[in-house]
Amino acid sequence: MRGISQKYFKADVSVEDGGAADLSQGRGPRGTWDILRSTAWPMFVGLVKVTIPLTALSFAIGLALALLVALARISPYRVLSGLARAFISVIRGTPLLLQLFIVFYGLPQIGLKFPPFTAAVVAFSLNVAGYAAEVVRSAILSVPRGQFEAAATIGFGYAQTLRRIVLPQAARTAVPPLSNTLLSLLKDTSLGSVVLLTELFRESQLAAAESNEFLALYAFAGLYYWVICVALSAGQKRLETRLNRYVIA
Amino acid sequence: MTDIRIEVTGLRKSFGELNVLRGIDFTTPRGTSTVLLGPSGSGKTTLLRSLNVLDTPDSGIVRIDDVSVDFSALPAGKAGRAEGQRLRAQSGMVFQSHNLFPHRTVLENLTEGPVVAQKRPVDEVMGEARVLLDQVGLADKADSYPYQLSGGQQQRVGIARALALKPRVVLFDEPTSALDPELVGEVLAVIKDLASQGWTTVIVTHEIRFAEKVADQVLFLDGGVIVESGPPAQVIAEPREERTQRFLRRVLDHG
Ligand SMILES: Nc1ncnc2c1ncn2[C@@H]1O[C@H](COP(=O)(O)OP(=O)(O)O)[C@@H](O)[C@H]1O
Ligand SMILES: [Mg+2]
Repeated sequence: MRGISQKYFKADVSVEDGGAADLSQGRGPRGTWDILRSTAWPMFVGLVKVTIPLTALSFAIGLALALLVALARISPYRVLSGLARAFISVIRGTPLLLQLFIVFYGLPQIGLKFPPFTAAVVAFSLNVAGYAAEVVRSAILSVPRGQFEAAATIGFGYAQTLRRIVLPQAARTAVPPLSNTLLSLLKDTSLGSVVLLTELFRESQLAAAESNEFLALYAFAGLYYWVICVALSAGQKRLETRLNRYVIA
Repeated sequence: MTDIRIEVTGLRKSFGELNVLRGIDFTTPRGTSTVLLGPSGSGKTTLLRSLNVLDTPDSGIVRIDDVSVDFSALPAGKAGRAEGQRLRAQSGMVFQSHNLFPHRTVLENLTEGPVVAQKRPVDEVMGEARVLLDQVGLADKADSYPYQLSGGQQQRVGIARALALKPRVVLFDEPTSALDPELVGEVLAVIKDLASQGWTTVIVTHEIRFAEKVADQVLFLDGGVIVESGPPAQVIAEPREERTQRFLRRVLDHG
């Protein structure tokens, strides 16, 4: 106590003021910086061990699902496109937090119980799939009909046409909106704190509840999110440049 | 093997209520050029697309070399699609708007089909593709992207891409209609070259003077049927049918 006081107040205030000051400052005179310093690491761990893997996994799985949903939505089979349409509508028409609660608390009631991280991946993947499916669908439809036909005349089947001709061109259209989806997802994983997933935001909440340093801790958590978003945006720029290399500037 | 490369019998195709092809019959001898003339909307594109099975005819028989498909008896689903694929593989298609793959280089545009669809050895395909590019005068453009080429060059790549598949016949749908007038000549020269090399071609064009020079046979299509057919010296120079005469007058006036 004496050392801390010396360091932050340039004097041993705890002795001079007697017991009164100590009582009024429940958690003692630990400075804001000190608290930040000691919580920066747990928050960083939450970011690296939960927030980022959760975002990356959910985005990858969600994107793969989105492609399937988009293809189903475009397909001439009524049942398939109807199902896809219903899925998209439900995902986009209900709150993400509610979807999270259904996977965390609802599904266990019918015997589908996952560990917390897995449950979060399930919920966020499905959510991403619902939003990205529409992006992927319109990107595929933006590829001119002549490209599909040229692929057919050189003997390509459905899968080859999609993989080698259509998707590379659709990517150009899809990257900007999908980047938005990714950034939203990164930030939305903070909702995981509500179901007690110890990701970045949950760590900042725990520290804040203990120290009452709400402004500093939440601002610091925000800084973590922001830095990752800036990095992702830079990545998007590079990807766009790469995809635009075969188009007139 | 027979000398007839393409044999079309009783070909019909409608889009909903619209009867576009109402019984088409013709044959094309091996190594000859057939020019398809006809007013806009007469079904020329639909006929070519039917040969390449981009449109599936309602009925009739199409034979190209040794593959024959009777569309009246085409099985539904997978088996039918497989038959269509087999017929399609017999012809190469050159589109009015080239439809090159913009994300692939010129060389890749040529090799994609033979390597990926036909599963032929890469080295062999590359070698052939370079020969073809040389033949259409674009040997130095192999590594360019389509957007870096002029319209005439793009269409010549389109032709080379069709040839790279080693098809039995090559189909051209108005290959110069989308081009600036000064670029038309270079594309027509390439097509004329092919004809003289013994390729069997079917060409839809409004370039009547070109048709006169290159065609062994001219078909005049109107209202979904072949109204008149024969060598250009007859169909173009001395058309018997009134509809043919009217069409030629109109086209030649504008040309
Ligand atoms: N996919 C389609 N669906 C409906 N109508 C079509 C389709 N393709 C062509 N048509 C119609 O068929 C007719 C013939 O078209 P087309 O074969 O393109 O003629 P051409 O090439 O001689 O100008 C036109 O009336 C056209 O509108
Ligand atoms: Mg046409």
